Amino acid sequence: MEIIMSVAIGFLFMAAVYLMLSKSLIRIIIGTGLLSHGAHLLLLTMGGLGGNSPPVVAEGVSVSDYADPLPQALILTAIVISFAVTSFFLVLAYRSYQELGTDNMELLRGTEDHE
Amino acid sequence: MSNLLLFPIIIPLLFATILMIFPKRLKLQRMIAAIGAGVTLLSALVLLVKVNADGVHAVTLGSWPAPFGISMVSDPLSALLVVTTSLITLFVVFYSFPTIGVKREQSYYYPAVIFLMVGVNGAFTTGDIFNLFVFVEVLLMASYTLIVHGGERPQLRESIKYLLVNIISSALFVAAVAFLYSVTGTLNMADLAVKIPQIEETGILTVIAVMFLVVFGFKAAIFPLYFWLPGSYYAPPIPILALFGALLTKVGVYAIMRTYTLFFTMNIGFTHELLGIVAILTILAGCVGALAYFDVKKIIIYNIIIAVGVILFGVAQLNQPGVEGSIFYLLHDMLIKAALFFLVGIVAVLFGTTDLRKMGGLIKTYPVLGWIYLVTAFGLAGIPPLSGFPGKLLIVQGGFEGPQFWGSIVILATSLIVLLSAVRIFIYAFWGEPVETVPLKKSVFNQMFIPTVILVAITVVFGVGAELFMPFISGAGEVLLNPSIYIDAVLKE
Repeated sequence: MEIIMSVAIGFLFMAAVYLMLSKSLIRIIIGTGLLSHGAHLLLLTMGGLGGNSPPVVAEGVSVSDYADPLPQALILTAIVISFAVTSFFLVLAYRSYQELGTDNMELLRGTEDHE
Repeated sequence: MSNLLLFPIIIPLLFATILMIFPKRLKLQRMIAAIGAGVTLLSALVLLVKVNADGVHAVTLGSWPAPFGISMVSDPLSALLVVTTSLITLFVVFYSFPTIGVKREQSYYYPAVIFLMVGVNGAFTTGDIFNLFVFVEVLLMASYTLIVHGGERPQLRESIKYLLVNIISSALFVAAVAFLYSVTGTLNMADLAVKIPQIEETGILTVIAVMFLVVFGFKAAIFPLYFWLPGSYYAPPIPILALFGALLTKVGVYAIMRTYTLFFTMNIGFTHELLGIVAILTILAGCVGALAYFDVKKIIIYNIIIAVGVILFGVAQLNQPGVEGSIFYLLHDMLIKAALFFLVGIVAVLFGTTDLRKMGGLIKTYPVLGWIYLVTAFGLAGIPPLSGFPGKLLIVQGGFEGPQFWGSIVILATSLIVLLSAVRIFIYAFWGEPVETVPLKKSVFNQMFIPTVILVAITVVFGVGAELFMPFISGAGEVLLNPSIYIDAVLKE
């Protein structure tokens, strides 16, 4: 199971890098979304996938047998943060499209000399 | 243990929340922001005195036993940094009154500044690596707001890049945390410091250590990850730039300092040598930039990068003078960068431009400003007895005692370049033929000038009275060099 997850994570990272290298801002934002999905799944996988072990301590199950709850807590935090950042990024992209009239990163390259 | 160490985080959080209720009430906004920063500074000072008297403070939230709950730890280093952060935020708030503009002030400027302080203080205080990630995100969120605040065209353009770089580094941060957790099974820094020496496979840990170096390197702007900094920092107005230049990169520097002294010490021959080499390259890259531009903001921005290199070189030596020098230089750099940006801001307002070639002759009309600037520039370059000197001296000494003596030579040589880059502003802006300046009301000038002078005075006291501050610095260095003090304080409550 961990192997399949690793392949999936690798694919997500690959797709994210591909999208982030494109010129269109909206593709870049989707790329950042995929990148954080990949990182979150990595966190889940690296914490050890529980398999058949129960998610919470039940009667008759020793404490060492139940699935590690920490990765889930970490992921929840990380998801909330990436959700907030992505929504901020979308608003920023829209606002800068209004103001600058383009979403092409090539045209956003200028420095203060090119004002 | 007392909850005192949480106050510098909770007080600004409270004040920032209150500030968000009435954005349009200008006077009230200014007053509450100043009071919030002031109260935070007071609580941080009390904390520093307490920590210095009774040793490392630690609180584990929710009364969980130490490695399971989230630990907040205040050792002398983090207490010193929290005090400096609160001090600089207070001055930035005062400096913002005349410079930032009423429109920005009425659009949640002060809440964002105070929230930034929440994140920075939290990142300096936390004792848990995932919690560090969370606090870094808090301060990044506030910095996103500040960098785009006002929505001018260059700001929007640069914010996109700033945001993208930080999202990538945050994703890498999560990935690095995941790897660390899978190898060690813990994220509490003190617990990591216990578990890591027990692991025999040091190869994988070295890889993780370098991953963390990349993650924190993005924030700290080390070579070659500093590429985003000059462009992004150039966009926002001066008070925000001063806040960023003084605080944001230092969070990355602090994180490297903490992790590379506390637990990533299993393969010093590789990781710390790498850190030393990268630090020297950072200094050289910064020097090139500092000499290449004719723009006052750009010159000081590249000086941020140089200072990051100098501090990290001291950390890489991992001996007493090196680490103590780094701590001293870190505090000095936070203060002096804020002061320099304030001064450069005044100069830029007076000329209505940041281009050095369009400036000149200011010493005739504003002599005091000129001499204050010169003192600050000398402090930046580390001319004794000003505040840059003791830190640099210790770092260079640390370098000569360690294997990377050539690094110390580079630092000594580049000090001259730093001096040249800062004095160039003096030569162009203050000497030469007078250029017509923008008329400025005396009261507005004083409002900008007084916080600046006080901040410069503090840096001078910090340099001349270095002997007074050395007990604090060596206390901080002792904890960094003996991780067992830190571990005992957290785990054996």
